[in-house]
Amino acid sequence: MTKTALLALGCPEFPVQTSTAIYLAYKLQKHGITPVFAGNKSALLLVKVADPERHYYDGKMMNLDITIGALSTGKIDFDFCFVFVHSDSGIAYLASIHALSKGKMVAIVFGKCAEELTEQCKNICEHVLAEPVIHNPMPLKEQIDGVSTWLHV
Amino acid sequence: MAPCVEELDYEILLSRTTFAECSKLIQKRCREIYFVAPGYKIFNIYLIGIPPLPIGIEGDHILIAYIKPCHGAFTLRIPGGGEIERIRKELKK
Repeated sequence: MTKTALLALGCPEFPVQTSTAIYLAYKLQKHGITPVFAGNKSALLLVKVADPERHYYDGKMMNLDITIGALSTGKIDFDFCFVFVHSDSGIAYLASIHALSKGKMVAIVFGKCAEELTEQCKNICEHVLAEPVIHNPMPLKEQIDGVSTWLHV
Repeated sequence: MAPCVEELDYEILLSRTTFAECSKLIQKRCREIYFVAPGYKIFNIYLIGIPPLPIGIEGDHILIAYIKPCHGAFTLRIPGGGEIERIRKELKK
């Protein structure tokens, strides 16, 4: 059965999130893993509009709150959960998804408060990819390239 | 359809802050408190936060922390209706 990965998006106020999420979805697909995007309407539309022919993502899109509901009732689960974190709200979603999913958790931390948030993420999940970036996706891209070393472990 | 807090007649006690601050306020104001895991359903909303998540009962109202991805955490005071008795039954101390 095909493995699935949740990509839980935060508020799309920082440009680096959408670009990084689309790149991660592309990399996951290369590893035979189906990405499922979850976020609010704007976060999902940014992905959808940037990739109209679905070259980089071929998975589903779900409202973030509906995803939490489906996880809590056991209707869905994922093999991997990547949670984008750049604020306290992101930490709340990370902790909640960690509590509800049996999947391998990865926090992707960015933005102005990346350092402080990284410490909190480390208390919640094992894998944390963190860079204090807002506009430049390259440092996070490099970290995502390294994910393939433990993705199938 | 996504669960929507806007359908509720809520009062905002604290806004655009952290989950920890909301949790602190609930525990400070309410003498009757129940702690639940993330994903607990109340008023058709699945609660989000760093566990354990407090649900406070203040008279005939319920206090919860509500998280919005773009606006932070809010402490909401909501008329309890039938939810108070349900919570008491489900989460007896």
